[in-house]
Amino acid sequence: MSIDLANQILTGLLTGLVYSLMALGLSVIFGVVRVVNFAHGEMTALAMYAAWALFTWLELDPLVGMPLIALMLFVLGYIMQRGLIDAFVSKPEHIQFILLVAIAIIMVNGSLLTFGPDAHGVQVSYGFDTYEVGPLLVDKVRLLAAAAALGISGLLMLFFRRTMTGKAIRACADNLVGAKVIGLNVKQLYAVTFGIGAACVGAAGALLSLLIDVMPSTGPELTMLAFIIVIVGGLGSMGGALLGGMLIGVSEVLAGYFLMPSMKGMFSFAILILILVLRPQGLMGARK
Amino acid sequence: MSGHSSPMVNRRDFLAAGAAGAAVLGLGDRGLSGRAQAAQPLKIGLLLPLSGGLAREGQSCKRGADVTPGLLADMGMPVQLMIADTETNIDTARTRAEKLIADGAQVLIGAFDSAHTLAVAQVCEQRGVPLVINIAAAPNITEQGFKTVFRNFPTAPKLVSEGLALMKDVFKITGTTPTKAVFLHNNDTFGTAMAGAVNKLFPTLDMPFPLVETIAYDGNARDLAVEVGKAKATGADLVLLVPHGDDCIRVIREMVKQRFEPKAVVSPGSPGMYEVQFYKTLGKYSDYCMTNLPWINPKTAMSQALLKAFSKAYPDALFEMNIGYTFEAILIAADAAKRAGSTDPKAILAALPATNIAEHVMIGGPIVFDAKGQNTNTRSATIQNFGGKPLVVLPSDVAEAKPVFPAPGWQQRG
Repeated sequence: MSIDLANQILTGLLTGLVYSLMALGLSVIFGVVRVVNFAHGEMTALAMYAAWALFTWLELDPLVGMPLIALMLFVLGYIMQRGLIDAFVSKPEHIQFILLVAIAIIMVNGSLLTFGPDAHGVQVSYGFDTYEVGPLLVDKVRLLAAAAALGISGLLMLFFRRTMTGKAIRACADNLVGAKVIGLNVKQLYAVTFGIGAACVGAAGALLSLLIDVMPSTGPELTMLAFIIVIVGGLGSMGGALLGGMLIGVSEVLAGYFLMPSMKGMFSFAILILILVLRPQGLMGARK
Repeated sequence: MSGHSSPMVNRRDFLAAGAAGAAVLGLGDRGLSGRAQAAQPLKIGLLLPLSGGLAREGQSCKRGADVTPGLLADMGMPVQLMIADTETNIDTARTRAEKLIADGAQVLIGAFDSAHTLAVAQVCEQRGVPLVINIAAAPNITEQGFKTVFRNFPTAPKLVSEGLALMKDVFKITGTTPTKAVFLHNNDTFGTAMAGAVNKLFPTLDMPFPLVETIAYDGNARDLAVEVGKAKATGADLVLLVPHGDDCIRVIREMVKQRFEPKAVVSPGSPGMYEVQFYKTLGKYSDYCMTNLPWINPKTAMSQALLKAFSKAYPDALFEMNIGYTFEAILIAADAAKRAGSTDPKAILAALPATNIAEHVMIGGPIVFDAKGQNTNTRSATIQNFGGKPLVVLPSDVAEAKPVFPAPGWQQRG
């Protein structure tokens, strides 16, 4: 394998990990609340705008501001679930779809009105730095973002396995009736879960702001990407979201390298179709 | 009544005399109103991408348009601008063109993007309303046989052939020649037209280096790491780049990260590398990038007047090509209306082919249109970035600085 190709694959892996964190939030929300968040990418874009705003006005590095942004999105997600989405949880899926698409459109146009049509990017002082690891060149920003994404994903998995709240949330996902019978406050847990999913999105958005510029149209693109990742990985599977993100990141690189660079976006959709045909539950999803 | 002659004017005579009188009054009235119309401001519908992917360039054009009516009023050519946002969307461009005409626009100007301009041209051709193109390079726009389209901007082949010729001048002056080049271009209508022109013309221009690979990229892609990696893998020491917006920032950023240090990054003719956001985002890494394109002649009286008005209105904005061409497009329309003595679209359409404007703002000969509606007197210059500003380095007669080639490596910039 040539050094250039190895560098590109590494870049794809690192970028894919950040996308995984974003998709993880979607998987968590669906896995428990059984609502498909069609405003997922738009919420990510809001987090990116928040990171840009904090960087521009307060000179706050997105890596430092990430916990604050995650908290802001947690609150937003909690309020959305408690105040709006909860009433639609038992409604047909197409009604949920309309609701969340409407929320997404409001977010996109709100961004356009507030921030304008121009792209906004975060240019940190170390934004052009790279590490030399043998013959490989590792982008510092991508490495830090990927490490943060991996760390947060690990913490999230520990939360669901080791904490009482995490176990209670899993109980709701595994057996809703049983959870109610033992007295769990399902509405509250749903809201916390949505908040956690939104917090993942907040963290992912802060990290993504280091890698790509944000503009109003970024939201819908990221929604599409999140869906591709979770469907490929398995909807409701956290491990699947991580695997799907890395797979999509690397596949785009390989498509661009061996075929045509302008085809790399198309390749993700090709993988999606392949998975839907051959293994519709996703790579790590459970077959029904 | 029969058998009864009357000295009074009969009904038929009265009506005939009335018609004759009305005809005389009508002709005279038209003459009066024609002169009155010429004094009335010319209603110009201006179509620009003020939002969407090309918003930055569209906003720059608009800034040029904003300061133009005042200057033209001083020259006895009053205009009234009706500005519409194409939203960087071809269907919106078409719809807005139709609305502008319905709202009374007598001339349309636009539309920056070649695909949008073609859509607008079709509307103008159907409605018989003149279209003066400020910026759009796809050659097919003036190859459709349209009678209403007039372009004061070079076609992609002309941009490329003049751009590549200017590069040879840079090598001659600096005494350094690259060994091989790689060509990266946005895959939209403009970028594809430029790529077609480069690939067609390159073998005929006797360039002193081979073009080893052409890499098309999606300008909307989230990152361009793969594309830049492929370019680096060719071993080229010259990068020809045709971006169309913010994508040039992403390309240069990746080049710095991947430590891909060619002798220069040169555009044979495209927006991007001379815009404020490029300098602001990339800082020292934006320096020494070259763009070959039509540019404002810094030494004419009219460009000095435009610069003065622009600097007063927009002290923090960059004075660049988009402003100059948008000013000139409005000037062309107003000049035609003045010569026609009328703001009627048909009269302006009749006057436009005879346009001959010697004193204008862009580098090049008088503004004159050929049989296809194309101004063939445009002329490209080479601009190079120094300290966050573009300066003319060629042609020598209007140069503001000497070209630097090869450019210092990324890590050597202070």
